Amino acid sequence: MIIKKIVPWLAVLLLLLLQTSCDSGQKEGSKGEAGGEAGSQKMISIKGSDTMVHLTSSWAEQFMGLNPDAQISVTGGGSGTGIAALLNGTTDICASSREIQGKEKELAAQKKIDLVEHAVARDGLAIIVNPANSVAELSMEQLRKIFIGEYANWKEVGGPDLPIIVLSRESSSGTFVFFQEHVLKKADYTPRARLLAGTSALVQSVEADKGAIAYVGLAYALDAKTKVKIVAVKSADDVAAVLPSDETVRAGHYPVARPLYLYTNGSSSPEVKAFVDFCLSDAGQKIVTETGYIAVK
Amino acid sequence: MWKDKAMRLLMLSAASTSIFLVALIFIFLMKESAPFVLKPGLGALIDRQWIPVSFVEEHFGILPLVTGSALVTGLSMLFTIPLSVLGAIYIAEIASPVEREILKPFIELLASIPSVVLGFFGLVVLAPLIKNLFGLGTGLTALTGALLLTLMAIPTVITLSEDAIMSVPRAYKDASQALGASDLQTIFQVIIPAALPGIIAAIMLGVGRVIGETMAVLMVTGNSAIMTWSPLAPVRTMTATIAAEMGEVSFGSMHYQALFWIGLVLLAVTFVLNVIAQRVLVRYGMMK
Repeated sequence: MIIKKIVPWLAVLLLLLLQTSCDSGQKEGSKGEAGGEAGSQKMISIKGSDTMVHLTSSWAEQFMGLNPDAQISVTGGGSGTGIAALLNGTTDICASSREIQGKEKELAAQKKIDLVEHAVARDGLAIIVNPANSVAELSMEQLRKIFIGEYANWKEVGGPDLPIIVLSRESSSGTFVFFQEHVLKKADYTPRARLLAGTSALVQSVEADKGAIAYVGLAYALDAKTKVKIVAVKSADDVAAVLPSDETVRAGHYPVARPLYLYTNGSSSPEVKAFVDFCLSDAGQKIVTETGYIAVK
Repeated sequence: MWKDKAMRLLMLSAASTSIFLVALIFIFLMKESAPFVLKPGLGALIDRQWIPVSFVEEHFGILPLVTGSALVTGLSMLFTIPLSVLGAIYIAEIASPVEREILKPFIELLASIPSVVLGFFGLVVLAPLIKNLFGLGTGLTALTGALLLTLMAIPTVITLSEDAIMSVPRAYKDASQALGASDLQTIFQVIIPAALPGIIAAIMLGVGRVIGETMAVLMVTGNSAIMTWSPLAPVRTMTATIAAEMGEVSFGSMHYQALFWIGLVLLAVTFVLNVIAQRVLVRYGMMK
Protein backbone atom coordinates (compact mmCIF):
# COMPACT_ATOMS: atom_id res chain seq x y z
CA MET A 1 0.00 0.00 0.00
CA ILE A 2 2.72 2.40 0.95
CA ILE A 3 4.47 1.74 -2.31
CA LYS A 4 1.37 2.73 -4.24
CA LYS A 5 1.22 6.01 -2.40
CA ILE A 6 4.87 6.76 -3.00
CA VAL A 7 5.00 5.85 -6.65
CA PRO A 8 3.27 8.96 -8.07
CA TRP A 9 5.52 11.20 -5.98
CA LEU A 10 8.57 9.37 -7.12
CA ALA A 11 7.45 9.72 -10.69
CA VAL A 12 7.01 13.47 -10.23
CA LEU A 13 10.43 13.73 -8.63
CA LEU A 14 12.00 11.81 -11.48
CA LEU A 15 10.35 14.05 -14.04
CA LEU A 16 11.59 17.13 -12.21
CA LEU A 17 15.09 15.74 -12.13
CA LEU A 18 14.99 14.98 -15.83
CA GLN A 19 13.67 18.47 -16.52
CA THR A 20 16.42 20.23 -14.61
CA SER A 21 19.15 18.08 -16.06
CA CYS A 22 17.87 18.81 -19.57
CA ASP A 23 17.85 22.49 -18.79
CA SER A 24 21.38 22.58 -17.53
CA GLY A 25 22.45 20.46 -20.48
CA GLN A 26 20.99 23.02 -22.86
CA LYS A 27 22.64 25.88 -21.08
CA GLU A 28 26.03 24.21 -21.22
CA GLY A 29 25.49 23.49 -24.88
CA SER A 30 24.77 27.11 -25.71
CA LYS A 31 27.75 28.25 -23.69
CA GLY A 32 30.01 25.93 -25.60
CA GLU A 33 28.71 27.28 -28.90
CA ALA A 34 29.30 30.85 -27.83
CA GLY A 35 32.88 29.95 -26.94
CA GLY A 36 33.33 28.25 -30.30
CA GLU A 37 32.13 31.33 -32.16
CA ALA A 38 34.53 33.61 -30.38
CA GLY A 39 37.25 31.13 -31.36
CA SER A 40 39.78 32.61 -28.99
CA GLN A 41 39.25 30.22 -26.08
CA LYS A 42 41.12 27.41 -27.81
CA MET A 43 42.60 25.04 -25.29
CA ILE A 44 46.03 23.61 -26.07
CA SER A 45 47.08 20.49 -24.20
CA ILE A 46 50.71 19.44 -23.84
CA LYS A 47 51.47 15.96 -22.58
CA GLY A 48 54.57 13.83 -22.25
CA SER A 49 58.04 13.85 -20.77
CA ASP A 50 58.27 14.26 -17.02
CA THR A 51 61.73 15.74 -17.50
CA MET A 52 60.26 18.55 -19.59
CA VAL A 53 57.23 19.37 -17.42
CA HIS A 54 59.07 22.16 -15.64
CA LEU A 55 60.19 23.65 -18.96
CA THR A 56 56.88 23.32 -20.79
CA SER A 57 54.90 24.76 -17.91
CA SER A 58 57.24 27.77 -17.77
CA TRP A 59 56.70 28.25 -21.50
CA ALA A 60 52.96 27.86 -21.07
CA GLU A 61 52.87 30.41 -18.25
CA GLN A 62 54.79 33.00 -20.23
CA PHE A 63 52.80 32.30 -23.39
CA MET A 64 49.50 32.71 -21.55
CA GLY A 65 50.81 35.94 -20.08
CA LEU A 66 51.50 37.30 -23.57
CA ASN A 67 48.25 35.92 -25.04
CA PRO A 68 45.55 36.28 -22.39
CA ASP A 69 43.11 34.29 -24.56
CA ALA A 70 45.27 31.21 -24.75
CA GLN A 71 44.58 28.29 -22.43
CA ILE A 72 47.30 25.69 -22.05
CA SER A 73 47.30 22.60 -19.91
CA VAL A 74 50.52 20.75 -19.20
CA THR A 75 50.70 17.17 -17.93
CA GLY A 76 53.55 14.68 -17.53
CA GLY A 77 53.38 10.91 -17.57
CA GLY A 78 56.44 10.07 -19.64
CA SER A 79 57.41 10.58 -23.27
CA GLY A 80 55.78 7.30 -24.31
CA THR A 81 52.52 8.39 -22.75
CA GLY A 82 52.69 11.70 -24.60
CA ILE A 83 53.40 10.07 -27.95
CA ALA A 84 50.55 7.59 -27.45
CA ALA A 85 48.27 10.52 -26.58
CA LEU A 86 49.31 12.43 -29.70
CA LEU A 87 48.67 9.39 -31.87
CA ASN A 88 45.26 8.93 -30.25
CA GLY A 89 44.42 12.57 -30.74
CA THR A 90 44.01 13.29 -27.04
CA THR A 91 46.74 15.90 -26.90
CA ASP A 92 47.81 18.71 -29.25
CA ILE A 93 51.51 18.74 -28.44
CA CYS A 94 53.68 15.94 -27.18
CA ALA A 95 56.78 16.80 -25.19
CA SER A 96 59.32 14.04 -25.65
CA SER A 97 62.81 13.52 -24.31
CA ARG A 98 63.57 10.91 -26.99
CA GLU A 99 63.12 10.67 -30.70
CA ILE A 100 59.98 8.98 -31.90
CA GLN A 101 60.67 5.29 -32.66
CA GLY A 102 60.06 3.11 -35.68
CA LYS A 103 56.97 1.38 -34.32
CA GLU A 104 55.41 4.67 -33.34
CA LYS A 105 56.17 6.14 -36.76
CA GLU A 106 54.41 3.20 -38.39
CA LEU A 107 51.40 3.69 -36.17
CA ALA A 108 51.33 7.39 -37.05
CA ALA A 109 51.42 6.53 -40.75
CA GLN A 110 48.57 4.07 -40.25
CA LYS A 111 46.49 6.72 -38.52
CA LYS A 112 47.47 9.27 -41.23
CA ILE A 113 49.02 11.59 -38.69
CA ASP A 114 51.67 13.90 -40.09
CA LEU A 115 54.14 14.11 -37.20
CA VAL A 116 56.25 17.25 -37.07
CA GLU A 117 59.38 17.23 -34.94
CA HIS A 118 60.73 20.37 -33.27
CA ALA A 119 64.03 20.15 -31.37
CA VAL A 120 63.48 22.84 -28.75
CA ALA A 121 66.24 22.36 -26.19
CA ARG A 122 69.08 20.11 -25.07
CA ASP A 123 69.47 18.32 -21.78
CA GLY A 124 72.37 16.62 -20.12
CA LEU A 125 71.73 13.58 -17.95
CA ALA A 126 73.64 13.81 -14.72
CA ILE A 127 74.84 10.64 -13.01
CA ILE A 128 74.20 11.06 -9.30
CA VAL A 129 75.51 9.15 -6.28
CA ASN A 130 75.32 9.59 -2.53
CA PRO A 131 77.59 12.40 -1.21
CA ALA A 132 79.33 9.85 1.04
CA ASN A 133 80.48 7.90 -2.02
CA SER A 134 84.13 8.56 -2.84
CA VAL A 135 83.78 7.79 -6.56
CA ALA A 136 84.10 11.07 -8.46
CA GLU A 137 84.31 9.95 -12.08
CA LEU A 138 83.15 7.02 -14.19
CA SER A 139 83.77 6.07 -17.79
CA MET A 140 80.91 5.30 -20.17
CA GLU A 141 82.01 1.66 -20.13
CA GLN A 142 81.92 1.53 -16.33
CA LEU A 143 78.48 3.13 -16.34
CA ARG A 144 77.26 0.54 -18.80
CA LYS A 145 78.59 -2.31 -16.69
CA ILE A 146 77.03 -0.87 -13.54
CA PHE A 147 73.61 -0.51 -15.08
CA ILE A 148 73.57 -3.92 -16.78
CA GLY A 149 74.62 -5.48 -13.49
CA GLU A 150 78.12 -6.65 -14.36
CA TYR A 151 79.61 -4.58 -11.54
CA ALA A 152 77.88 -5.20 -8.23
CA ASN A 153 80.25 -3.49 -5.81
CA TRP A 154 81.65 0.03 -5.76
CA LYS A 155 85.17 -1.28 -5.17
CA GLU A 156 85.17 -2.60 -8.74
CA VAL A 157 85.19 1.00 -9.98
CA GLY A 158 87.64 2.26 -7.36
CA GLY A 159 85.14 3.15 -4.64
CA PRO A 160 84.34 1.84 -1.16
CA ASP A 161 83.43 -1.81 -0.45
CA LEU A 162 79.69 -1.28 -0.79
CA PRO A 163 77.09 -3.01 -2.94
CA ILE A 164 75.89 -0.89 -5.85
CA ILE A 165 72.18 -0.14 -5.82
CA VAL A 166 71.06 0.65 -9.35
CA LEU A 167 68.11 3.03 -9.55
CA SER A 168 66.30 3.83 -12.75
CA ARG A 169 63.19 5.56 -14.02
CA GLU A 170 60.16 3.48 -14.98
CA SER A 171 60.17 2.05 -18.49
CA SER A 172 57.52 4.59 -19.58
CA SER A 173 60.11 7.34 -19.28
CA GLY A 174 61.94 8.73 -22.30
CA THR A 175 65.00 9.04 -20.10
CA PHE A 176 64.89 5.27 -19.50
CA VAL A 177 64.96 4.57 -23.23
CA PHE A 178 67.58 7.23 -24.00
CA PHE A 179 69.88 5.94 -21.29
CA GLN A 180 69.37 2.38 -22.45
CA GLU A 181 70.21 3.27 -26.02
CA HIS A 182 73.18 5.58 -25.44
CA VAL A 183 74.80 4.36 -22.26
CA LEU A 184 73.78 0.71 -22.06
CA LYS A 185 74.37 0.38 -25.80
CA LYS A 186 70.89 -1.14 -26.17
CA ALA A 187 71.51 -3.87 -23.60
CA ASP A 188 68.89 -4.59 -20.94
CA TYR A 189 69.04 -3.05 -17.48
CA THR A 190 69.95 -5.42 -14.68
CA PRO A 191 66.77 -7.06 -13.38
CA ARG A 192 67.83 -5.96 -9.91
CA ALA A 193 67.54 -2.32 -10.88
CA ARG A 194 64.88 -0.62 -8.80
CA LEU A 195 62.49 1.25 -11.04
CA LEU A 196 61.16 4.37 -9.37
CA ALA A 197 58.31 6.55 -10.51
CA GLY A 198 59.66 10.03 -11.11
CA THR A 199 62.83 12.05 -10.74
CA SER A 200 62.12 13.25 -7.21
CA ALA A 201 61.86 9.66 -5.94
CA LEU A 202 65.27 8.97 -7.52
CA VAL A 203 66.91 11.98 -5.91
CA GLN A 204 65.35 11.09 -2.56
CA SER A 205 66.61 7.51 -2.72
CA VAL A 206 70.13 8.51 -3.76
CA GLU A 207 70.20 10.99 -0.91
CA ALA A 208 69.17 8.28 1.54
CA ASP A 209 71.08 5.24 0.30
CA LYS A 210 74.88 5.17 0.40
CA GLY A 211 75.36 2.70 -2.43
CA ALA A 212 72.81 4.13 -4.82
CA ILE A 213 73.43 5.43 -8.33
CA ALA A 214 70.87 7.00 -10.66
CA TYR A 215 70.54 9.22 -13.70
CA VAL A 216 68.43 12.39 -13.72
CA GLY A 217 68.05 15.47 -15.91
CA LEU A 218 70.81 18.03 -15.37
CA ALA A 219 68.38 20.71 -14.19
CA TYR A 220 67.08 18.47 -11.40
CA ALA A 221 70.57 17.36 -10.42
CA LEU A 222 71.77 20.96 -10.11
CA ASP A 223 68.72 21.80 -8.00
CA ALA A 224 69.55 18.90 -5.70
CA LYS A 225 73.28 19.64 -5.62
CA THR A 226 73.34 19.84 -1.83
CA LYS A 227 71.75 16.42 -1.40
CA VAL A 228 73.48 14.31 -4.04
CA LYS A 229 76.86 14.17 -5.75
CA ILE A 230 77.19 14.57 -9.51
CA VAL A 231 79.75 12.25 -11.05
CA ALA A 232 82.02 13.34 -13.93
CA VAL A 233 81.88 11.12 -16.99
CA LYS A 234 84.66 10.04 -19.35
CA SER A 235 83.61 9.23 -22.88
CA ALA A 236 86.69 7.01 -23.30
CA ASP A 237 89.48 5.83 -21.03
CA ASP A 238 92.11 8.22 -22.42
CA VAL A 239 89.94 11.34 -22.21
CA ALA A 240 89.53 13.59 -19.19
CA ALA A 241 86.31 13.20 -17.21
CA VAL A 242 83.74 15.95 -17.82
CA LEU A 243 81.19 17.30 -15.35
CA PRO A 244 77.84 18.17 -16.92
CA SER A 245 77.19 21.90 -17.26
CA ASP A 246 75.71 24.37 -19.70
CA GLU A 247 78.97 24.78 -21.57
CA THR A 248 80.02 21.15 -21.69
CA VAL A 249 76.61 19.96 -22.91
CA ARG A 250 76.31 22.65 -25.57
CA ALA A 251 79.85 22.11 -26.77
CA GLY A 252 79.21 18.37 -26.94
CA HIS A 253 81.99 17.49 -24.50
CA TYR A 254 79.68 15.84 -22.00
CA PRO A 255 78.75 12.42 -23.39
CA VAL A 256 75.36 11.79 -21.76
CA ALA A 257 73.29 14.52 -23.41
CA ARG A 258 70.21 14.52 -25.58
CA PRO A 259 67.91 16.81 -27.52
CA LEU A 260 64.41 17.52 -26.23
CA TYR A 261 61.51 17.62 -28.65
CA LEU A 262 58.03 18.90 -29.11
CA TYR A 263 55.97 16.81 -31.52
CA THR A 264 52.87 18.19 -33.16
CA ASN A 265 50.34 17.04 -35.67
CA GLY A 266 51.02 18.64 -39.06
CA SER A 267 47.39 19.63 -39.42
CA SER A 268 47.25 21.32 -36.01
CA SER A 269 45.61 24.63 -35.28
CA PRO A 270 47.33 28.04 -35.59
CA GLU A 271 47.38 28.34 -31.79
CA VAL A 272 49.58 25.28 -31.55
CA LYS A 273 51.92 26.63 -34.21
CA ALA A 274 52.08 29.98 -32.42
CA PHE A 275 53.08 28.18 -29.22
CA VAL A 276 55.84 26.17 -30.87
CA ASP A 277 57.14 29.33 -32.56
CA PHE A 278 57.18 31.00 -29.19
CA CYS A 279 59.25 28.16 -27.69
CA LEU A 280 61.84 28.58 -30.45
CA SER A 281 61.87 32.38 -30.20
CA ASP A 282 64.51 34.30 -28.23
CA ALA A 283 62.12 34.70 -25.31
CA GLY A 284 61.33 30.98 -25.35
CA GLN A 285 64.98 29.99 -25.50
CA LYS A 286 65.73 32.33 -22.61
CA ILE A 287 63.29 30.30 -20.53
CA VAL A 288 65.17 27.17 -21.59
CA THR A 289 68.34 28.55 -20.06
CA GLU A 290 66.52 29.84 -16.98
CA THR A 291 65.01 26.45 -16.21
CA GLY A 292 68.41 24.78 -16.38
CA TYR A 293 68.37 23.29 -19.86
CA ILE A 294 70.54 24.23 -22.78
CA ALA A 295 69.19 26.45 -25.57
CA VAL A 296 69.35 25.17 -29.14
CA LYS A 297 69.72 28.62 -30.70
CA MET B 1 -0.56 -1.85 -11.44
CA TRP B 2 1.68 -0.61 -14.21
CA LYS B 3 3.28 1.73 -11.73
CA ASP B 4 4.27 -1.19 -9.55
CA LYS B 5 5.72 -2.95 -12.52
CA ALA B 6 7.59 0.09 -13.76
CA MET B 7 8.98 0.73 -10.30
CA ARG B 8 10.01 -2.90 -10.00
CA LEU B 9 11.81 -2.70 -13.31
CA LEU B 10 13.56 0.51 -12.36
CA MET B 11 14.84 -0.93 -9.11
CA LEU B 12 15.84 -4.17 -10.76
CA SER B 13 17.94 -2.33 -13.32
CA ALA B 14 19.53 -0.22 -10.60
CA ALA B 15 20.39 -3.35 -8.66
CA SER B 16 21.86 -5.17 -11.63
CA THR B 17 23.97 -2.30 -12.94
CA SER B 18 27.06 -3.54 -11.15
CA ILE B 19 26.67 -7.09 -12.53
CA PHE B 20 26.34 -5.62 -15.99
CA LEU B 21 29.44 -3.50 -15.50
CA VAL B 22 31.50 -6.42 -14.21
CA ALA B 23 30.49 -8.43 -17.27
CA LEU B 24 31.47 -5.52 -19.53
CA ILE B 25 34.86 -5.20 -17.84
CA PHE B 26 35.46 -8.91 -18.27
CA ILE B 27 34.55 -8.77 -21.96
CA PHE B 28 36.78 -5.73 -22.44
CA LEU B 29 39.76 -7.43 -20.77
CA MET B 30 39.23 -10.55 -22.87
CA LYS B 31 38.96 -8.58 -26.08
CA GLU B 32 42.13 -6.56 -25.48
CA SER B 33 44.20 -9.52 -24.36
CA ALA B 34 42.95 -12.04 -26.93
CA PRO B 35 45.47 -11.51 -29.79
CA PHE B 36 48.29 -12.48 -27.43
CA VAL B 37 47.09 -16.10 -27.57
CA LEU B 38 47.98 -16.35 -31.26
CA LYS B 39 51.19 -14.38 -31.18
CA PRO B 40 53.45 -14.91 -29.28
CA GLY B 41 51.26 -17.51 -27.54
CA LEU B 42 50.33 -17.94 -23.90
CA GLY B 43 53.57 -19.81 -23.21
CA ALA B 44 55.38 -16.46 -23.40
CA LEU B 45 53.68 -15.44 -20.16
CA ILE B 46 55.25 -18.38 -18.32
CA ASP B 47 58.72 -16.92 -18.30
CA ARG B 48 61.03 -15.85 -15.52
CA GLN B 49 61.82 -12.50 -17.10
CA TRP B 50 59.70 -9.39 -17.44
CA ILE B 51 61.58 -7.04 -19.78
CA PRO B 52 58.90 -5.18 -21.73
CA VAL B 53 61.19 -2.48 -23.13
CA SER B 54 64.33 -3.81 -24.75
CA PHE B 55 66.47 -3.35 -27.81
CA VAL B 56 67.52 -6.99 -27.63
CA GLU B 57 64.50 -9.15 -26.96
CA GLU B 58 61.32 -8.38 -25.11
CA HIS B 59 60.19 -10.79 -22.40
CA PHE B 60 56.66 -10.87 -21.03
CA GLY B 61 57.04 -13.49 -18.31
CA ILE B 62 54.58 -12.76 -15.53
CA LEU B 63 56.11 -15.26 -13.08
CA PRO B 64 58.28 -12.68 -11.27
CA LEU B 65 55.24 -10.42 -10.98
CA VAL B 66 53.06 -13.23 -9.60
CA THR B 67 55.70 -14.23 -7.04
CA GLY B 68 56.18 -10.54 -6.23
CA SER B 69 52.48 -10.13 -5.47
CA ALA B 70 52.39 -13.43 -3.58
CA LEU B 71 55.41 -12.50 -1.45
CA VAL B 72 54.07 -9.08 -0.51
CA THR B 73 50.58 -10.44 0.18
CA GLY B 74 51.83 -13.42 2.18
CA LEU B 75 54.12 -11.28 4.32
CA SER B 76 51.41 -8.78 4.94
CA MET B 77 49.01 -11.52 6.05
CA LEU B 78 51.66 -12.76 8.46
CA PHE B 79 51.31 -9.44 10.28
CA THR B 80 47.65 -8.81 9.60
CA ILE B 81 46.15 -12.07 10.84
CA PRO B 82 47.46 -12.14 14.43
CA LEU B 83 47.02 -8.39 14.88
CA SER B 84 43.49 -8.26 13.57
CA VAL B 85 42.17 -11.46 15.11
CA LEU B 86 43.50 -10.58 18.55
CA GLY B 87 42.22 -7.03 18.10
CA ALA B 88 38.78 -8.28 17.06
CA ILE B 89 38.59 -10.61 20.07
CA TYR B 90 39.45 -7.75 22.38
CA ILE B 91 36.90 -5.40 20.88
CA ALA B 92 34.14 -8.00 20.73
CA GLU B 93 34.66 -9.82 24.01
CA ILE B 94 36.82 -7.98 26.47
CA ALA B 95 36.66 -4.24 25.82
CA SER B 96 34.36 -2.10 27.94
CA PRO B 97 31.73 -0.14 26.01
CA VAL B 98 33.77 3.05 26.42
CA GLU B 99 36.91 1.42 25.03
CA ARG B 100 34.92 0.06 22.13
CA GLU B 101 33.54 3.52 21.36
CA ILE B 102 37.10 4.82 21.12
CA LEU B 103 38.71 1.89 19.30
CA LYS B 104 36.16 1.29 16.56
CA PRO B 105 36.09 4.76 14.96
CA PHE B 106 39.87 4.91 14.91
CA ILE B 107 40.17 1.54 13.23
CA GLU B 108 37.64 2.63 10.65
CA LEU B 109 39.53 5.87 10.19
CA LEU B 110 42.55 3.81 9.17
CA ALA B 111 40.49 2.35 6.34
CA SER B 112 39.74 5.80 4.98
CA ILE B 113 43.33 7.00 4.56
CA PRO B 114 44.02 7.24 0.82
CA SER B 115 46.61 4.71 -0.28
CA VAL B 116 48.81 7.37 -1.90
CA VAL B 117 49.11 9.07 1.46
CA LEU B 118 50.09 5.76 3.05
CA GLY B 119 52.56 5.19 0.21
CA PHE B 120 54.15 8.55 0.86
CA PHE B 121 54.36 7.75 4.55
CA GLY B 122 56.01 4.46 3.61
CA LEU B 123 58.55 6.14 1.35
CA VAL B 124 59.55 8.83 3.81
CA VAL B 125 59.15 7.13 7.20
CA LEU B 126 58.92 3.36 6.88
CA ALA B 127 61.60 2.77 4.22
CA PRO B 128 64.43 4.52 6.11
CA LEU B 129 63.33 2.67 9.26
CA ILE B 130 63.55 -0.73 7.54
CA LYS B 131 66.86 0.26 6.00
CA ASN B 132 68.45 1.10 9.33
CA LEU B 133 66.84 -1.80 11.17
CA PHE B 134 68.28 -4.43 8.82
CA GLY B 135 71.37 -2.50 7.73
CA LEU B 136 70.32 -2.55 4.08
CA GLY B 137 71.44 -0.34 1.22
CA THR B 138 67.90 0.86 0.64
CA GLY B 139 64.55 0.50 2.35
CA LEU B 140 62.59 -0.17 -0.83
CA THR B 141 61.79 -3.83 -0.19
CA ALA B 142 58.96 -6.34 -0.23
CA LEU B 143 58.81 -6.08 3.56
CA THR B 144 58.17 -2.33 3.45
CA GLY B 145 55.30 -2.88 1.03
CA ALA B 146 53.91 -5.68 3.18
CA LEU B 147 53.91 -3.49 6.28
CA LEU B 148 52.02 -0.75 4.47
CA LEU B 149 49.50 -3.23 3.14
CA THR B 150 49.03 -4.53 6.67
CA LEU B 151 47.83 -1.08 7.64
CA MET B 152 45.32 -1.25 4.82
CA ALA B 153 44.10 -4.77 5.51
CA ILE B 154 43.70 -4.44 9.27
CA PRO B 155 40.46 -2.40 9.27
CA THR B 156 38.76 -4.82 6.86
CA VAL B 157 39.80 -7.94 8.74
CA ILE B 158 39.14 -6.54 12.21
CA THR B 159 35.67 -5.26 11.38
CA LEU B 160 34.56 -8.48 9.67
CA SER B 161 36.13 -10.77 12.29
CA GLU B 162 34.50 -8.76 15.03
CA ASP B 163 31.13 -9.22 13.33
CA ALA B 164 31.77 -12.94 13.18
CA ILE B 165 32.69 -13.12 16.87
CA MET B 166 29.70 -11.00 17.86
CA SER B 167 27.38 -13.31 15.96
CA VAL B 168 28.31 -16.31 18.08
CA PRO B 169 25.15 -16.98 20.18
CA ARG B 170 25.33 -15.71 23.73
CA ALA B 171 24.14 -19.12 24.94
CA TYR B 172 27.49 -20.69 23.98
CA LYS B 173 29.33 -18.32 26.23
CA ASP B 174 26.88 -18.73 29.08
CA ALA B 175 26.98 -22.51 28.83
CA SER B 176 30.76 -22.54 28.79
CA GLN B 177 31.00 -20.30 31.83
CA ALA B 178 28.31 -22.27 33.65
CA LEU B 179 30.51 -25.34 33.22
CA GLY B 180 33.24 -23.53 35.08
CA ALA B 181 35.44 -22.47 32.14
CA SER B 182 37.45 -19.31 32.63
CA ASP B 183 37.04 -16.29 30.33
CA LEU B 184 40.20 -17.20 28.47
CA GLN B 185 39.12 -20.80 28.00
CA THR B 186 35.71 -19.67 26.80
CA ILE B 187 37.19 -17.29 24.24
CA PHE B 188 39.79 -19.61 22.76
CA GLN B 189 37.95 -22.92 23.01
CA VAL B 190 34.34 -21.99 22.42
CA ILE B 191 33.88 -18.60 20.80
CA ILE B 192 36.81 -18.62 18.38
CA PRO B 193 36.09 -22.09 16.96
CA ALA B 194 32.44 -21.07 16.52
CA ALA B 195 33.41 -17.83 14.75
CA LEU B 196 36.23 -19.39 12.72
CA PRO B 197 34.42 -19.56 9.36
CA GLY B 198 33.60 -15.86 9.64
CA ILE B 199 37.18 -15.05 10.57
CA ILE B 200 38.50 -17.07 7.62
CA ALA B 201 36.16 -15.23 5.28
CA ALA B 202 37.36 -11.93 6.74
CA ILE B 203 40.96 -12.94 6.08
CA MET B 204 40.11 -13.91 2.50
CA LEU B 205 38.55 -10.52 1.87
CA GLY B 206 41.61 -8.93 3.46
CA VAL B 207 43.83 -10.85 1.02
CA GLY B 208 41.65 -9.64 -1.84
CA ARG B 209 42.09 -6.05 -0.69
CA VAL B 210 45.85 -6.43 -0.34
CA ILE B 211 46.51 -8.17 -3.63
CA GLY B 212 44.61 -5.51 -5.56
CA GLU B 213 46.30 -2.55 -3.89
CA THR B 214 48.45 -0.56 -6.27
CA MET B 215 49.64 2.87 -5.34
CA ALA B 216 51.27 2.16 -2.01
CA VAL B 217 53.23 -0.86 -3.24
CA LEU B 218 54.28 0.96 -6.39
CA MET B 219 55.90 3.61 -4.23
CA VAL B 220 57.79 1.44 -1.76
CA THR B 221 58.63 -2.02 -3.11
CA GLY B 222 61.43 -0.94 -5.46
CA ASN B 223 59.75 -2.54 -8.51
CA SER B 224 62.51 -4.89 -9.65
CA ALA B 225 61.07 -7.77 -11.64
CA ILE B 226 63.09 -10.52 -10.03
CA MET B 227 61.92 -13.90 -8.71
CA THR B 228 62.71 -14.08 -5.04
CA TRP B 229 61.25 -15.15 -1.72
CA SER B 230 63.44 -12.87 0.35
CA PRO B 231 61.43 -10.24 2.25
CA LEU B 232 64.35 -7.83 2.02
CA ALA B 233 64.62 -7.94 -1.78
CA PRO B 234 62.86 -5.48 -4.07
CA VAL B 235 59.85 -6.94 -5.89
CA ARG B 236 57.48 -5.86 -8.61
CA THR B 237 53.81 -6.67 -8.09
CA MET B 238 51.21 -7.27 -10.78
CA THR B 239 49.22 -4.17 -9.89
CA ALA B 240 52.27 -1.90 -9.83
CA THR B 241 53.32 -3.19 -13.24
CA ILE B 242 50.00 -2.32 -14.80
CA ALA B 243 49.91 1.08 -13.16
CA ALA B 244 53.47 1.98 -14.10
CA GLU B 245 53.43 0.72 -17.67
CA MET B 246 49.91 1.12 -18.98
CA GLY B 247 50.45 4.80 -19.59
CA GLU B 248 53.31 4.23 -21.95
CA VAL B 249 52.43 1.28 -24.19
CA SER B 250 51.29 1.84 -27.72
CA PHE B 251 47.81 0.46 -28.20
CA GLY B 252 47.53 -3.08 -29.44
CA SER B 253 51.22 -3.92 -29.00
CA MET B 254 52.28 -7.21 -27.40
CA HIS B 255 53.29 -5.33 -24.28
CA TYR B 256 49.81 -3.81 -24.10
CA GLN B 257 48.17 -7.22 -24.41
CA ALA B 258 50.51 -8.71 -21.83
CA LEU B 259 49.42 -6.00 -19.38
CA PHE B 260 45.81 -7.00 -19.99
CA TRP B 261 46.72 -10.59 -19.25
CA ILE B 262 48.10 -9.48 -15.91
CA GLY B 263 44.79 -7.72 -15.35
CA LEU B 264 42.89 -10.90 -16.15
CA VAL B 265 45.03 -12.99 -13.81
CA LEU B 266 44.52 -10.44 -11.06
CA LEU B 267 40.78 -10.33 -11.62
CA ALA B 268 40.59 -14.12 -11.59
CA VAL B 269 42.51 -14.33 -8.31
CA THR B 270 40.38 -11.75 -6.51
CA PHE B 271 37.23 -13.31 -7.96
CA VAL B 272 38.15 -16.76 -6.66
CA LEU B 273 39.05 -15.36 -3.24
CA ASN B 274 35.72 -13.56 -3.00
CA VAL B 275 33.76 -16.61 -4.07
CA ILE B 276 35.53 -18.78 -1.49
CA ALA B 277 34.88 -16.20 1.21
CA GLN B 278 31.18 -15.99 0.33
CA ARG B 279 30.91 -19.78 0.22
CA VAL B 280 32.46 -20.15 3.65
CA LEU B 281 30.09 -17.55 5.06
CA VAL B 282 26.99 -19.11 3.52
CA ARG B 283 28.03 -22.64 4.39
CA TYR B 284 28.31 -21.86 8.06
CA GLY B 285 25.20 -19.76 8.13
CA MET B 286 26.99 -16.53 8.85
CA MET B 287 25.36 -14.71 6.00
CA LYS B 288 21.63 -14.75 5.46
